[in-house]
Amino acid sequence: MRKVCVVSGGITKFAKANLLTQEAMVKDAVDYALTDLDGRLDYKDIQSTICTYFSDHFNSQLLFDSLTQDYLAMCPRPSMRIEGGGATGGLGIRAGYMDVASGLSDLCLVYGFEKMSEVSTAKGNEFIALASDTDFDYPVGGFYSGYYATMAMRHMHEFGTTAEQFALIAVKNYDNAFHNRWAQKHERWTLEGVLKAPMIATPLTRPMVCVMSDGAACLILCTEEWAKKLRPKGDYAVITGVGCGTDTMRLGDRPHGDVIPLPGEDPAKYSYLKGRWPGLHCFRAAREAARQAYQMAGIRDPLHEIDFAEVHDAYASSELQTYEDLGFCLYGEGGRWVERGGPYLGGELPVNPSGGLIACGHPVGATGIMQGVFTLWQLQEAIARHCSDPAQGIDGSRIQVPGARRGLCHSHAGTGTYITVNIFERPQ
Amino acid sequence: MTHVYGFRPLQVGRHYEIDYVHSYGEVSDFFLGLKDHKLMATRCERCGATWLPPRRDCGRCGGKTVWFEAPQEGRVHTFSVLHFAAEAFLADLPFVLAYVELPGIDTVFLTRIKGCKPEEVYIGMPVRARFRRLVDWTPNDVWFEPV
Ligand SMILES: [Zn+2]
Repeated sequence: MRKVCVVSGGITKFAKANLLTQEAMVKDAVDYALTDLDGRLDYKDIQSTICTYFSDHFNSQLLFDSLTQDYLAMCPRPSMRIEGGGATGGLGIRAGYMDVASGLSDLCLVYGFEKMSEVSTAKGNEFIALASDTDFDYPVGGFYSGYYATMAMRHMHEFGTTAEQFALIAVKNYDNAFHNRWAQKHERWTLEGVLKAPMIATPLTRPMVCVMSDGAACLILCTEEWAKKLRPKGDYAVITGVGCGTDTMRLGDRPHGDVIPLPGEDPAKYSYLKGRWPGLHCFRAAREAARQAYQMAGIRDPLHEIDFAEVHDAYASSELQTYEDLGFCLYGEGGRWVERGGPYLGGELPVNPSGGLIACGHPVGATGIMQGVFTLWQLQEAIARHCSDPAQGIDGSRIQVPGARRGLCHSHAGTGTYITVNIFERPQ
Repeated sequence: MTHVYGFRPLQVGRHYEIDYVHSYGEVSDFFLGLKDHKLMATRCERCGATWLPPRRDCGRCGGKTVWFEAPQEGRVHTFSVLHFAAEAFLADLPFVLAYVELPGIDTVFLTRIKGCKPEEVYIGMPVRARFRRLVDWTPNDVWFEPV
């Protein structure tokens, strides 16, 4: 396989605004990425594209990928739509990686989008819930916040995790997003405020849940040769690990068994779980995706060998669960790891310096790519340049992880059905 | 008449509606069983895994399964009290969404808990299946109540 590099990224300001068509939002994101290359990349040099969006329901337009391909003036070049629920964007990066690594394309534009504002929030939740089993799960009360809440409740039961620990994660992500001009929400929350906010599904209150959004994002993937040409100063990233895991459609069908060890781990490390894994309280697909990505990137000690992570936090609870799956702490230790400050800026391994989905928004097909864009900017030490807005008093430098050399981005579909882990690093 | 929501950008109403003739196919006996107040599950003939909701083909080993009747008393494995929902369920709020463990069943079963106050539900609570007299041919033809 050939080395795959990431040279530029672009996003639109996420908002539930319904102002532009999706094809125009995508174009804006692509223009941003091209502008950031100072004219060194010409439109005609893009050899292939990967398009990611989640739902045809939101806009009642099938084959939207063809609309965007056309609008971007990419015809007749090869393209492919990738869809995998909330992990759509992460899977898109994986597909772009495959395109370039395989030699099919030297320069691949991966772009994603979603526009969720054309329907009410309750209707939007209904569309999203149609991604759960419509024979057995959806009719009982199809609502992802409800499904995730049951997982959170079981995690609390198994490990003594508390609602306060989930709330701390929400507060952290809002605090980080305060310094990111791209974030949909610039809000200050206190621990008490999060806990006392209106309940969505016990134990998850409103600010612990991400919001519907409109947005687009893109990344430009290419060969090393192209990367050196497009970024002569070497300020690009290399994708050193890709992983993808899956799990049963119905949450209730998840088995109980032994933990999948990460590379180099002694399975005996998890004997204390007594075969109670993953059940409903852990994400087997995240563990499997991490195992593959760490194996490929040569990561043996994720906590100390990864400098920051952009984690799919559609729910504050699922961010906490994911710390454990990714090996940032032991299973059951997620709550205490938050309390110790592990995932905070300046902590052992900052998680969601961007503010994550909770604050940045979750336009589904764009989300995983947005995480990749923030990951690239961190590695370029370009967060201040991209995320500041002096007019609004936003100082992006506050969320730059100093000297970051290796970042992880994690993309996650409904109840953990599809999960990707992609590792980006500075070139050696 | 097209409803206009705004002019710049021009935002207009669009209606979309469809009726499906949906088949429960090879798991029809589960829904037919609910009519007879039975919880019909399947067991893999190859590896012994038990499935509720049922599967014709084992989700663990790919083997063929056979039908059997699952017990109707079990315990709450986990739950949540919902205060917001998808549009189709807003009228039901608040309600308790729960996964129920049943003896001899390897999966946990998604259902609603009724017959008590939401705040009375706890993990481990003994519950029993109750069935609709007039079936609607959905998994809501069964729910659980405290024993
Ligand atoms: Zn089997």
